[in-house]
Amino acid sequence: MEKLKSLADLKRIREEAKEKLELRVKGDNPEGLVQVKVAMATCGIASGAKPIMDFFVEELDKRGIGAVVTQTGCMGYCYAEPTVEIQLPGQEPVVYGFVDRKKADEIIEKYIKNGELVDGIIPVNYEKID
Amino acid sequence: MKEIALHILDIAQNSIRAEADEIRITLSESLASDTLSLVIADNGKGMDEESCRRATDPYFTSRTTRKVGLGLPLLQMNSGMSGGNLTIESEPGHGTTVTATFRYSHVDRPPLGDVSGTIALLIISNPRINIIYIHGCEGREWSLSTSEIKEILGDDAVTDLSIVSSLREIINENVAEVRKFQPSYDKY
Repeated sequence: MEKLKSLADLKRIREEAKEKLELRVKGDNPEGLVQVKVAMATCGIASGAKPIMDFFVEELDKRGIGAVVTQTGCMGYCYAEPTVEIQLPGQEPVVYGFVDRKKADEIIEKYIKNGELVDGIIPVNYEKID
Repeated sequence: MKEIALHILDIAQNSIRAEADEIRITLSESLASDTLSLVIADNGKGMDEESCRRATDPYFTSRTTRKVGLGLPLLQMNSGMSGGNLTIESEPGHGTTVTATFRYSHVDRPPLGDVSGTIALLIISNPRINIIYIHGCEGREWSLSTSEIKEILGDDAVTDLSIVSSLREIINENVAEVRKFQPSYDKY
């Protein structure tokens, strides 16, 4: 495949893949999307939050799950970084601590796909940080 | 922080918290003058003189979730260790500009790391903020911005996870072009 060099190239490729894209994007409304928030303050980044965010972005797309992946600040759980907050549509958010690639995979397969809670939840009431 | 890319991700987070709607990230390399400079400029709410002065104090933070703030101190340490320095200019209501310089060839200068991936992540996770990335090298430069992507691909493209790998590739290709007149850059 030729190398992507400009946004115009990307536009062309996206148009070619439009049918597939439309199927996925039109299938869900924004409220119907899974929200994944990776804590990305100094503590998170130093503990390896970036590769975890890369992993979520790549795998959610690959596995065809409609999701919004964003960054948040520090929630005060610096000891448990990287932490990831997952909010399934219409549910309360859940925060997982000490997330590595293996845990991230488990979160996608079990929690995001089936709503089945997995180990590693930080069990406290906290206020959402925007 | 082991890479310049991680510092970018970290310091940009300060701008996001300062409610900036434009963040300009400029990375300039020059072997000729043996310098690497990183400038992160935002139009957020800025800091007063006192906060600005204390921003590099590890025990100063505007957060309430914890008592330390290490992002700027760590960047200051890394630039200082590699023969450069860190300056912060800020004006309340107008924004903040953080400039870190490094001696390019210094053994303690962190490697650039995954800068393209970092910029791609910043773009898709902050669709409302215009992220401008400028890569300069010996007088040549290349840039990419959120507004440019929105203009060409449509507004909703910037939240589409599948564009991350494409953006990374586009940034890599173009940055390589900007640097390629100097084969010696490859070893960094």
